Amino acid sequence: MTHNILVWIETFKGNAVPVSYECLGEAKKIANGGKVTAAVFGENATAIAHEAITLGADQVCVCEDATLAEYRAEPFTALLAKLAADLKPEVIMMGASTRGRDISSGLAVDLEAGAIADCIALEEQDGQVIATRPVYAGKLLSHVIVKKMPLIITTRSRAFPMPEADAGKTGEVTTVAPVLSEDQIVTKALGFATEGEGEVSLNDARIIVSGGRGVGGPEGFAPIVELAKTLGAAVGASRAAVDAGWIPYAHQVGQTGKTVAPDLYIANGISGAIQHQAGMRTAKVVVAINKDPEAPIFKLARYGVVGDLFQIVPALNDAFKKRLGK
Amino acid sequence: MICVHTCPGGQCQGPRLSASYNQILDALCYNDFSLCQKAQSLPKHSNLNPHSEEAILNIVVCVKQVPDTAATLKVDEQSNVSWGDAALVINPWDEYAIEEAIRLKEKFGGKVTVISVGPEQSKEALKQAVAMGCDEAQLISDPAFEGSDALATTLILAQAIKQLGAVDVVIFGKQAIDGDTGLVPAGVARRLNWPFLSYISKLDELDPAGKSLKVTRLLEQGRQSMGSQLPVVLSVVKEINEPRYPSFMNIRKASKLQIPIITAAAIGVEAGQVGRDNAATHWIKVFPLPARTGTCEMIAGDSPQAIATSLADKLLAEKVI
Repeated sequence: MTHNILVWIETFKGNAVPVSYECLGEAKKIANGGKVTAAVFGENATAIAHEAITLGADQVCVCEDATLAEYRAEPFTALLAKLAADLKPEVIMMGASTRGRDISSGLAVDLEAGAIADCIALEEQDGQVIATRPVYAGKLLSHVIVKKMPLIITTRSRAFPMPEADAGKTGEVTTVAPVLSEDQIVTKALGFATEGEGEVSLNDARIIVSGGRGVGGPEGFAPIVELAKTLGAAVGASRAAVDAGWIPYAHQVGQTGKTVAPDLYIANGISGAIQHQAGMRTAKVVVAINKDPEAPIFKLARYGVVGDLFQIVPALNDAFKKRLGK
Repeated sequence: MICVHTCPGGQCQGPRLSASYNQILDALCYNDFSLCQKAQSLPKHSNLNPHSEEAILNIVVCVKQVPDTAATLKVDEQSNVSWGDAALVINPWDEYAIEEAIRLKEKFGGKVTVISVGPEQSKEALKQAVAMGCDEAQLISDPAFEGSDALATTLILAQAIKQLGAVDVVIFGKQAIDGDTGLVPAGVARRLNWPFLSYISKLDELDPAGKSLKVTRLLEQGRQSMGSQLPVVLSVVKEINEPRYPSFMNIRKASKLQIPIITAAAIGVEAGQVGRDNAATHWIKVFPLPARTGTCEMIAGDSPQAIATSLADKLLAEKVI
């Protein structure tokens, strides 16, 4: 059974965010031959639209109006709701990012539709889309279906593969008008401060090097940051390190921080409490480096080292530098 | 160790635990401050929350009672999830919402009403919120609500909020750690047709007379500064504040409080709009994570360099670099 799908491609500073393309790739799969329409708003939307076509979109609606230059929930939700009303897709998809969650929820109310948040797998059975999503802080999984179309789905970062580009693929790019004028939009975007220019974002990271209580202080993160640089990795932290003020909250991984899904998670001086595990348990390979052989993190790890992270981490950094030719 | 006393600001050296309201009561003997040396030197009455006769800000906080994360969850063949004797607690994210609401009230004057959609036992979560400093509480509860999904919950909450007078600010925690959808706050805002600002790490400015506010939002790439008019719905993240301990005076107040139960009829919600049978989304199966196979390979060596070499090689072989 084919499905027509509308995918919102989220952008930041003129580039599509990775999770949106992962979502687009998955949309193509479950469309099963149906039409996939992408929607791109804001700066550089037309260029991104052409990129989206090579990655699976059959057609793209763009809007580069000034009211959509900076992300705001109201104008973005209003325009997507209009596109949904015009195109009547069976499924509406986007990444389960901070912005995606806001929009999908507003859309669900506007369309009286069921929204399934943070999916890690999607399959189609007898025309029904079944979504798999983690619940109870990731301790359990659930299969969720929707009985009222359209179905709104947000996909978790890195749960789905990045699609392969087909440079030869063509499709129509149409400009659409915004729904709300600036006067009708109550919120105003006043500026954006990017955290650590050039730093890898935790959500998109393939490799994360993290520090916990064992790091001992803000300076203790220095070897961790060095190793992260060598590996092209993001830097994470446990709640203990954040609460102690050693590293900003934006780096916190865990139940009251971020949930990540890297290929490799190196946990240094982190005991591995349930609340931390909730944020990183889906990592493919976990490496634990800790002085305490009884630390719960070792139960989750593929490789473990009982030792002093201040000796092991610099040594690991040197070893990788040699092997990666840096 | 839970430490409660009359010290303004709730400064205590003990580690903070997310304890149930009854646990707090057990730990406190009303006239016995031996738990906290600091409290013994303080005056018995110090009212942290001057109650303004003229409510300047009408603030609503929405909370949910959830099983403690430390609980061992079991799921049966019928996909029923249970957690044995483990405590039910206030959703961890909601504590930050409660704290921010109380701080707003302390700064500008006004009233904080805490509400929750849930069964009778959710009253415990409401009492804990009052013990932190919320003024009033309501339990929105009705057999018809049972099994409601996020979409229906947004309707129930929006309708409940409409009954609370001219509300200025509604505050949520980022998401509830049982369903983990994070869909409710944005949906409530949409139902009320109010602006919604999420992932707030700082409430920079609020002008009650001018009915405007400015916030900082913590997004994946950094911090966005946004302004809005009131009324507004907000959801907050952990960085925004440090939730206070309940104060002795407020625990007493909470224990005496009669919390009204607000039914579907009282808020104009029909049975046909909510509940399990009318849900838009259905959890058809709940199951445990696939067991993590394999044991941890401990890497030892004569020197850190030897260990590092061995580990680096293994990780490269795993193709995760």
